[in-house]
Amino acid sequence: MFSIKRALTKAPAVGQSFRALATAAAGAPKTMTVRDGINKAMEEELERDPDVFLMGEEVAQYNGAYKISRGLLDKFGPKRVVDTPITEMGFTGLCVGAAFSGLKPICEFMTMNFAMQAIDQIINSAAKTYYMSGGKLPVNIVFRGPNGAAAGVAAQHSQDYSAWYGAIPGLKVISPYSVSDARGLLKSAIRDPNPVVCLENELLYGQSFPVDEKILSPDYTIPIGEAEILREGKDVSIFSYTRNLNFCLEAADIVRDKYGVEAEVINLRSIKPLDLPAIFKSVIKTHHAITVESGFASFGVGSEIVAQVMESSAFDYLDSPMERITGCETPTPYAKSLEDFAFPDTPTVVRGIEKVLSLGAWA
Amino acid sequence: MLRLGSNLRVACTRALPRNQILRTLATEVHANTKGEPIDKETVRVELPADSFEGYMLDPPELTYDTEKSRLVKMYKDMVTIRRMEMSADGLYKAKKIRGFCHMSTGQEAIAVGIENAITKQDDIITSYRCHGFTYMRGASVKEVMGELMGKRCGVSYGKGGSMHMYGKGFYGGNGIVGAQVPLGTGLAFAHHYRGDKNCCFTLYGDGAANQGQVAESFNMAKLWNLPVVYACENNKYGMGTSIQRSSALTDYYKRGQYIPGLKVNGMNILATYQAAKFAKDWVAQGKGPLVIEFETYRYAGHSMSDPGTSYRTREEVKSVRSKRDPVAHLKQHMIDWGIATEKEVKQFDKDARAYVDSQVKEADAAPAPEAKMDILFEDVYVPGSEIPVLRGRIREDSWSFAKKGFAYR
Repeated sequence: MFSIKRALTKAPAVGQSFRALATAAAGAPKTMTVRDGINKAMEEELERDPDVFLMGEEVAQYNGAYKISRGLLDKFGPKRVVDTPITEMGFTGLCVGAAFSGLKPICEFMTMNFAMQAIDQIINSAAKTYYMSGGKLPVNIVFRGPNGAAAGVAAQHSQDYSAWYGAIPGLKVISPYSVSDARGLLKSAIRDPNPVVCLENELLYGQSFPVDEKILSPDYTIPIGEAEILREGKDVSIFSYTRNLNFCLEAADIVRDKYGVEAEVINLRSIKPLDLPAIFKSVIKTHHAITVESGFASFGVGSEIVAQVMESSAFDYLDSPMERITGCETPTPYAKSLEDFAFPDTPTVVRGIEKVLSLGAWA
Repeated sequence: MLRLGSNLRVACTRALPRNQILRTLATEVHANTKGEPIDKETVRVELPADSFEGYMLDPPELTYDTEKSRLVKMYKDMVTIRRMEMSADGLYKAKKIRGFCHMSTGQEAIAVGIENAITKQDDIITSYRCHGFTYMRGASVKEVMGELMGKRCGVSYGKGGSMHMYGKGFYGGNGIVGAQVPLGTGLAFAHHYRGDKNCCFTLYGDGAANQGQVAESFNMAKLWNLPVVYACENNKYGMGTSIQRSSALTDYYKRGQYIPGLKVNGMNILATYQAAKFAKDWVAQGKGPLVIEFETYRYAGHSMSDPGTSYRTREEVKSVRSKRDPVAHLKQHMIDWGIATEKEVKQFDKDARAYVDSQVKEADAAPAPEAKMDILFEDVYVPGSEIPVLRGRIREDSWSFAKKGFAYR
């Protein structure tokens, strides 16, 4: 049994994508892919502010390695949409320097794995500069790119960096799930005077989500630091972000059908800051909680959420310890049979719910 | 063995024993630079033939006219920086300055020459050896010394320290070797983007010249024709490693490969000034980037923790200081060319000393930032766009910007 909403949010099979055609005659589309959502958001921000520019590998003539910047070169020209050589440390530093001067760069990494080459410029040159300068030098910059695994791209192309960036004072870190997230958060990020890291997901780019006039408005922004209750529930809280929410929503349906359990699924949307009030409120309401992320368990986003809950008064409302669902502790294997064990999926989320609620094997 | 005479050049790639000057462009005696007053205000300077060496370009003219007042100003600038750095040396030893402190004594001609050649609309970015540049770009000595001593009156309100000083058109003060080079390229990118005629002087040392991100920057600057002057302050040592031991090619002005380069005697303010004007002119004409190598020397060690004698001899330091000091040379020129009398120059020295000493005194007496949470947490984010809570050392000490108080008390 599928609800309309589930049909739209379920990850499409490989090779399919629901492309919504937005023609003037037909009016606003009802669904849109995340890809088109990000594309349109960048287009609108480039239009709105002449100081905004996009820089990265293949963003211009290639139309984006994942076609996120399709059409932007044609519309805005090579001054605003700039192809770079394969020199992350160099062009990231260049973007930060341009931000020092008052421009508003969008620095795209083909994947966040490659941002490791530039991480000194992100952390030491961007994140810390406002503080070190005593407030004299703001750095209005967005670093964005796909984060976490794709499919079969193996160990060096599959890491999730949420926890690394989430630790740094001076950065904000966002991770959109839906089209409304992608548009609203990215626009806020571009307009934010601080450095923002926007962690996208390659497998989500082709996924469609419902949109409406409000979401499609050029001034649609979502405040950074606000989580979203994707699915209301009363028995267990699931804290997650980005593509893993697909599995969380499916798991929620499964435990409702199997046990009559109503899970509350929270889309964090923002890793730094975490929406702690929303997290605590949900825990107080449901008394049980799990976290779901693709990153490694050690020192991860889930670790931080569990620690925050434990240190807060929300801890007193827990009826069982929290559980983290994470990536497994290996470099990502290539063979599908093994890669299937590397990252969370729906059955694993179900097992997590069962554990904290003492159901199934834990009954 | 010292090579005398300005036309001989020591081969740069030959390894030399430690007790020799590794590479000199000119073992300069002050009389090599000539000056001729042309009228009441102007002097015609004639630089020695070996002041410049060009790579894929014609070097600047050796002869140029400049105002006598310009020379006086440059002298005062250099003496002030020298005095300021010497004060910092003393304060560091008195433990009033903590952490890292990198002196630029001996290298004054570069900061002063560049500033006198550019405008306030141009940018400068450099490494941690930045105090002289901070002063030249408009900070007072009190603000520089205040920052070194961690006072609220410091240029970064005490938050940055020696390596993180900023100002209008001055982007640090950068602690990570070489990181400033892509940043400077970005500053130039912004000028290019906006279509203004300004440039960015991006300074780095001989040690940083080997960084990969420098090569990455050169590539983009040349590809996109960016108005950036890459200026290598080659003081012969990257910390304790001589250029011979760090670099397969020590001709740093040629490292740009496809970017024209200029080697300059960085111990002669009259050469550095001319070179900086040439460079500014070059980029203003839209010729793209330029690489300059200022051949210079630092009298002090790498930083205050380094006596600077385990990898070079005291004789070498003494020799450079006695024969090539930029301050002493300009002093002698001004006297020889009738621009100032010995008495007047002595007065310049006294005035600079008095200014620096009084500014140091004021900075020393000034308060540190108050040990308050709102100051600790200030400027992590731009005011009005902070994240709601920043964690203290313990949860109880976490700070709420909305409450302007502790978040969980």
